[in-house]
Amino acid sequence: MTDEPTIAEGRSLMTPGNVITAIILVAGAIITVLRFTQGLGATTNLSDYNPWGIWIGFDLLVGVALAAGGYVTSAAVYLFGMKRYHSAVRPAVLTGFLGYFMVVIALSYDVGRPWRLPYPFAIQQGTTSMLFEVALCVALYLTVLFLEFSPAALEWLGFRSLRNIITKLTIVLTIFGVVLSTLHQSSLGALFLLAPSKLHPLWYSSYLPVYFFITSIIAGLSMVMFEASLSYRFFSDKMDQTHKDEKNGLMLGFAKAASFVLAGYFIIKVFGISADNNWHYLATGYGAWFLVELLGFVALPSVLYAIGRREKNITLIKWTSALAVLGIILNRLNVSLIAFNWHLPSTDRYFPHWMEIMITVFLVTVGITIFRFVVTKMPILYEHKDYRTSTH
Amino acid sequence: MDSIFFTLQDFMTYTKGLTYLLMGLSLIVVTAYFTFLMDRDDD
Repeated sequence: MTDEPTIAEGRSLMTPGNVITAIILVAGAIITVLRFTQGLGATTNLSDYNPWGIWIGFDLLVGVALAAGGYVTSAAVYLFGMKRYHSAVRPAVLTGFLGYFMVVIALSYDVGRPWRLPYPFAIQQGTTSMLFEVALCVALYLTVLFLEFSPAALEWLGFRSLRNIITKLTIVLTIFGVVLSTLHQSSLGALFLLAPSKLHPLWYSSYLPVYFFITSIIAGLSMVMFEASLSYRFFSDKMDQTHKDEKNGLMLGFAKAASFVLAGYFIIKVFGISADNNWHYLATGYGAWFLVELLGFVALPSVLYAIGRREKNITLIKWTSALAVLGIILNRLNVSLIAFNWHLPSTDRYFPHWMEIMITVFLVTVGITIFRFVVTKMPILYEHKDYRTSTH
Repeated sequence: MDSIFFTLQDFMTYTKGLTYLLMGLSLIVVTAYFTFLMDRDDD
């Protein structure tokens, strides 16, 4: 414990943030008991028309998309050799690991009999099901993320030999991560190919798997930038000089990539409208909402990223990353909830029960709290003094 | 935009034709955008 960033001792735990966190955790714990004792009917507004609510639309679809920073950053550093972004790998992998972990927890709330979650692997495979592919990929990728994250925990615990064995697997794990992410990010979009009559034509497209995969890259890049700027603000005392020095280069480099991917995504979305001849829907209410998403949360961030990159304006890039993350959230909610069952009368449409919203807030808070704990304890934003020369 | 199609052939001819035109246009736009994005890449 020589020159590592230290935690301020003697600070009171009764900060406003901690109090709010504690209230959310207690409320979430109570609703969790209700959910698992009284069932889905007592705690959700789910129905046969709307079997998927925000626990799928937000917790799962948004969670998986925003956790894409892990594979995007690992691929950039270990597969494409962009070593200048190396300091972003551990925070990105941690965010990805916690994101997927919370997705699995959220899924346990959502499925009627969560104790049967292992069934697809052990009892009944159902290999023709799209959900089987998603389940298999998410389970395998969560394992990969756990292994990718584990060197930080093992350094903290002092298990040097085990840590050295796992770091030798870095390239293999990164390749697995990219392959598994490509498969399940696109498969989550492919799930909606099963419901062509339920999803509004402006969002439904036979290219949905491609859209989901490309937006996951945008989400990954933007989330890494967003998380880096937040970490710089709130965990600056736990960052070493390397992380601080590399932050601006990371923001500029990722902004350039995100701008270009967003531009490509915008173009293929227009191709999608053209290929299905859906132009006339743009003049409707749903069309206006679609244009808000496409122009306000795809085209605008692309241009802002480009300007921020050209002008080397880190503040602009930081705010644009927040806009892009909001755009991803909006896109997933549009596909799974807002534009889903669009033809139903308003009385049959889904709006989440307050307990569903509370559980979502609870799970996000749990994720942030664990992130805070790990960043405070483990070498995530700094290199452990015993492993300074390591590139993992 | 609100053309009436009587056959799938008509629909595919129209939508593919328009999409190919948009693809050609996008090649020009993407090139210009890429130049805009990279032209100060002096580091």
